[in-house]
Amino acid sequence: MSFIQELVVTILLVIGGIFVLVGSIGLMRLRDFYARLHAPTKATTVGLGSLLFASMFYQLFTQGKFSISELLITLFLVITAPVVAHMLAKVAMHYQVSTIKGTKNLHHVKTARDQQPPKKETRS
Amino acid sequence: MLVYAMIFVGVSICIALVLNLWRVFKGPDVADRILALDTMYINSIALILIYGIYAKTSLFFEAALLIAMLGFVSSVAFAKYLLRGDIIE
Amino acid sequence: MSMASRIFPMPLHSVMLLIVWLMLNNSFSLGHIILGSVVGIVIPIVCAPLRIPQPVIKRPLKLIPYTLMVIKDVLVANLEVALLVIGPMNRIKPGFVAVPLDLDEHLPITVLTSTVTMTPGTVSAELSEDKSYLYVHVLNMPDDENEIIDLIKGRYEARVKEIFGC
Repeated sequence: MSFIQELVVTILLVIGGIFVLVGSIGLMRLRDFYARLHAPTKATTVGLGSLLFASMFYQLFTQGKFSISELLITLFLVITAPVVAHMLAKVAMHYQVSTIKGTKNLHHVKTARDQQPPKKETRS
Repeated sequence: MLVYAMIFVGVSICIALVLNLWRVFKGPDVADRILALDTMYINSIALILIYGIYAKTSLFFEAALLIAMLGFVSSVAFAKYLLRGDIIE
Repeated sequence: MSMASRIFPMPLHSVMLLIVWLMLNNSFSLGHIILGSVVGIVIPIVCAPLRIPQPVIKRPLKLIPYTLMVIKDVLVANLEVALLVIGPMNRIKPGFVAVPLDLDEHLPITVLTSTVTMTPGTVSAELSEDKSYLYVHVLNMPDDENEIIDLIKGRYEARVKEIFGC
């Protein structure tokens, strides 16, 4: 492996590691459930995506064979992560989890729980 | 250089796993615990992949794929159970 | 029912199963292609009675620029969310938004909600029963909520509508 190839894999690895860590820091630090939903679903998909690309490039550079099976995990996670986030948001609305002060348009939660369109037309 | 990067990534994923575990125990709602568990699944996939690169083998790829699938199915099953009180209606 | 549609009830799914099988085994040898073809033919025949009619993708080529745009947005969104998460927590002003939808089929709405969840600071939370409103949670709400509605409707929904041609 040449220096440039090693550099590419290293940068991808470090970006992946940082994003995975940031996702978990967000899970720990953010203050209410809906905000916590944002951090892991986004950060971990990009973090894991970049780790998988690092793995792909590493196999390409060391064995000279392009390994596409890693793409399968990336694809699978990109399809499933939004589904899990949506289901968990539904659960949170059903259980009426507490929200932090200053959350705008909280009246939407009540109608969303019953899967009804919003009562007050907010868009003129 | 690559080995140091792998150690860095491994350590940061382990810290991430500990933070997730903290959220699983602390709660406060049941939805938080499921979210933390789902994040733990994803982080453990990352850890397995890093170990796969480190050990220069692609044997662990199947394990990562299996964890991805089981993690998704179990998260959805938990959410479904909390929503409807039943998994298969 | 013609002969061809009896052997290949779902031709697209057959091709997809073959591709996934080859990716899973990471090889393009003849043996795997034959095995993948068997998998791709047998599974759709078994699963054909379960199928739900889906809208047809009218313009598949439009999917490519859409995917590229979404990937770019996801990368930008991740940097934004990462900075918000690391920065002070007082800055974050979350909020809910109800986005009126023009789509009415399941598949386009699924594509749209997945895109909304993956991109800038928004998570789709709930869909109203008559599929007319999508409730979205926004991590950092701008002062004017119409900004978010216009972003989702103009940037993503219009393109999804174009792809599915409805």
